[in-house]
Amino acid sequence: MTGRSVIGALVVLAIAAALPLVLSNYEVGLATEMLIFGVLAMSIDILAGFAGRTSLGHGAIFGVSGYVVVYASAQLGLSPAVAFVLGVMAATLVAVIFGTIAVRTSGVYFLLLTLALGMIVWGICLRWTQVTGGENGLRGDVRPAFLVSHRAFYWAVLVAAVVVSYAMWRFVRSPFGLTLLGIRDSESRMRSLGYNVSLHLFIGFTVSGFFAGIAGALYAMFNNFVSPSTVALSQSVEGVLMMIAGGGGTLFGGFVGAAAIIALENAVSAYTERWQTVLGAAFILIMIFAPEGIIGTLRAIVTRKRR
Amino acid sequence: MDRRHFLKNSAAAFAATSVGAAPWKGAFAQSGPIKIGLLAPLTGVVASGGKEMVEGVQFYLDQAKGEIAGRKVELVIEDDASNPDTALQKARRLVEQGNCHMLIGDLLANTGLAVANYVKGTGTPYFIPIIAADDLTQRQRIRNVIRVAGYSASAFTHPFGDWARKQGYKKIATISQDYTFGHEQCGGLAQVFTEGGGEIVQQFWHPLNTADFSPYLGQLADLKVDAIFAMETGADATRFIQQYASFGLKGKIPLLGAMNATDQSVIRTMGDECEGIIAAAHFAEGSDNPVTQKFTHDYEAKYGKIPSLYGFSMYSGIMWVAQAVEKLGGKVEDRDLLIDTVLKTELTGSPLGKTVKLDSYGNPIYDVQIRKVVERADGKYWNVPIATYPNVSQFWTYNPETYMKQPPYSRSFQGIKKT
Amino acid sequence: MSIFQLLNGLTFAALLFVVASGFTLIFGLLRIVNLAHGALYLLGGYIGFSVASRTGSFALGGLGAMAAIAAIGFVLDQGLLRFVRGHELRQVLLTLGFAFILNDLALVIWGGDSFTVPIPQVLRGGVRVFGVFYPIYRLFVLAMGIIVFASLWALLNHTRLGALIRAGVDDAEMVEASGVNIRRVFLVTFLLGSALAGLGGLMGGAFLSLYPSADAEILVFSLAVVIIGGRGSLVGVGVGSLLVGLLNTLGQVMFPELAYFVIFGPMAVLLAFRPLGLFGRAA
Repeated sequence: MTGRSVIGALVVLAIAAALPLVLSNYEVGLATEMLIFGVLAMSIDILAGFAGRTSLGHGAIFGVSGYVVVYASAQLGLSPAVAFVLGVMAATLVAVIFGTIAVRTSGVYFLLLTLALGMIVWGICLRWTQVTGGENGLRGDVRPAFLVSHRAFYWAVLVAAVVVSYAMWRFVRSPFGLTLLGIRDSESRMRSLGYNVSLHLFIGFTVSGFFAGIAGALYAMFNNFVSPSTVALSQSVEGVLMMIAGGGGTLFGGFVGAAAIIALENAVSAYTERWQTVLGAAFILIMIFAPEGIIGTLRAIVTRKRR
Repeated sequence: MDRRHFLKNSAAAFAATSVGAAPWKGAFAQSGPIKIGLLAPLTGVVASGGKEMVEGVQFYLDQAKGEIAGRKVELVIEDDASNPDTALQKARRLVEQGNCHMLIGDLLANTGLAVANYVKGTGTPYFIPIIAADDLTQRQRIRNVIRVAGYSASAFTHPFGDWARKQGYKKIATISQDYTFGHEQCGGLAQVFTEGGGEIVQQFWHPLNTADFSPYLGQLADLKVDAIFAMETGADATRFIQQYASFGLKGKIPLLGAMNATDQSVIRTMGDECEGIIAAAHFAEGSDNPVTQKFTHDYEAKYGKIPSLYGFSMYSGIMWVAQAVEKLGGKVEDRDLLIDTVLKTELTGSPLGKTVKLDSYGNPIYDVQIRKVVERADGKYWNVPIATYPNVSQFWTYNPETYMKQPPYSRSFQGIKKT
Repeated sequence: MSIFQLLNGLTFAALLFVVASGFTLIFGLLRIVNLAHGALYLLGGYIGFSVASRTGSFALGGLGAMAAIAAIGFVLDQGLLRFVRGHELRQVLLTLGFAFILNDLALVIWGGDSFTVPIPQVLRGGVRVFGVFYPIYRLFVLAMGIIVFASLWALLNHTRLGALIRAGVDDAEMVEASGVNIRRVFLVTFLLGSALAGLGGLMGGAFLSLYPSADAEILVFSLAVVIIGGRGSLVGVGVGSLLVGLLNTLGQVMFPELAYFVIFGPMAVLLAFRPLGLFGRAA
């Protein structure tokens, strides 16, 4: 990591930490959501940007963590910390199952298969009313007492986001991460070089699910509520969009994408009911004009300027 | 809270206290408008109902010239997208960013429960004319959540079960959407019907948004029942009624419906398939009560359609709140006082043509009409009362304490009396 | 399973076939997963409903729906997808964005109320068939499914266009190399696929009604059909439709708890072991 980027990162961090001092409670809540969904988008990026496998099932993994956290806290009366750990474990388990089934497919089929698996999870959350509350979802007071205020929770999430981002960053830069990049670029080559492609993808999926689970647990604490919408396809789609808007393969683009989409939604909804049209148009425009996302396009511009 | 809001709120508090002493002097209006946050599903599965909710509120405010107790009303409308996560997000926005004095609305029970859970923490008054989840005014009562002009799901099916027995029906089957609202409506009917000696032969539960009812209709046709009770809302209701007729069951087995199934929002796009279906409700748009007739007529003149339950309930709900606020001279900032006043206010002048009051649990007591879908002179269909049960509370004829000891209605508990 | 439930499953399968055949034509030949296909179905239904209600003719409604949706398909393909040719993921997500816009547009124009396409007088009522009283219209849907299958079969196997499509599904580059204007074949296929979605919308709109989330539901079923049946195979779509239609009906009657699982469970397992579906060919 160069000296300049370390300073850059610290500046960003300082600004992020200072935000609650100038923003209203509502805006702090928005910022917290941006951090949480940034983590989700990054987890999707690990597979999509670095291993070339875009998943439409991460919403389900994210949401399962949320369900377990709220259930453990509200129904079983466990402490927030224990509930959090259980949530992340559950998400990782789901990722293991998804990964085992999906790892042999690629491209569009991988997309569709993860979509189908996500739908199965959604169906279970919707119909297994005794445990998941069905349509009504699960409510609870999940946060530990010292994190109840908007600001305190934001700072806690910020710390978590920093730790988790660092972990993901180290992961994709590790030899394992480089192997994933190799798989993304040319699977056949990696296979002929003797790498166990399926195993690598499986581990990558599990790691990705682990981080999505952390995001999901944080979200459960943020909302004190989960419902089938939290595991629905729309959640997976939004996660993918945030990842792409920020930039696939850039990792930290996840935060940028999440911030952009959440801010846009907030701004647009104040003026019109047609948020869906705006979202759809955003999808289309990004795919046509900026498929590398915000960070990706910026990088391309910078690289071009350097020449 | 930070400085900006502190200053704004102290200014409002100052203004409020200085006028509070003379509430009848409407000319000394409070500083700033009364901000009401209206949550309704404008997109998603129940979008048509949501739109009518907004119309109902706007219809009242138009008639009141945009003011309550001489103070201007600012209505902030947010779409809950028929989805609890979105509802929660919008509620948060209305309360924390919009600084609304109160929230009103939501349609689907799961959205209402999500918002109720949130306002439990903030203390914001939340009025739910449409949300029918029984427990919000029973076992899980939240003080600042009040069901003005609304109803709890089982409140109307209790007397309906009684009426069904009185028709001589001995065996009934029920088919319902598989969620709390459906469980509660069916449970209410099943409990009273079986306690009256009737038998519930079989109960069918299907997921919301079932496009194809043919699997169920086949089974229903084979049962030897005297009537079928269908608890359906929205698009499911439309499809069920049409498919019921197309499979030849109409006219063969009498169809009883939840009031949502024969609501205008469903039947106004239908033909004679809906004729003759009987439901139980507090509101019947075809009633010959003069106040009801005027409301229906005026609403139809303004919006080009006969008012549905959604329009009516929101209209009456905001009317109820307005009457309470008028008693307070427009002072909505004191939440506890507002809530207490609403609980004590009796609704007069509503389209029901009769005064309505809340029971001690925050749920209204109504005259329940048994109503039938008939054709109007101009070829449209509407609901006309054929019998009335006066002063029905959410607890029917049961003692509230005893009633609340039994579990809430669910798929596994339908109140069925074992013989 | 009784005759009644069997007929229910078959009728639903017939509708699915009409819709999914359009989807697989586009997926098979153009390798585009058109996630706007459900929205095309819904919009086709709404347009067909408006035309049929205004003119009193169900047939006109059908033609109107097919023409309008083919036009929208044209806009999607030529106006938008052309910018992302060759990029699988981008195409998929672009069509998803388009679906959002179409769905919202439909909400603005027709509102959230539920509409049912009026059935022509001659198809109303029911008949006794195999001992059960069954609606004539549903039998009509069943017949239409068979007719569409036969027509597509004839098209694919006995016309030049069909031969080009089949060849293109196997190897589009080769077809182009042999001097054929593959772009035009692609466009015609896209229009045909879209028109089928529109037709499906009209047909489905008469017995399943039209409402804001109908697009997502039919899309999910179509995906299941095409994945199970296999990319680019007409027989595959036929078999897939039968399986999904019958499983869905069976599931509703016997395992209502499991809802989608009855369809997606087998589909996930199938995809894991036979990624190309039952009759699919490798890309």
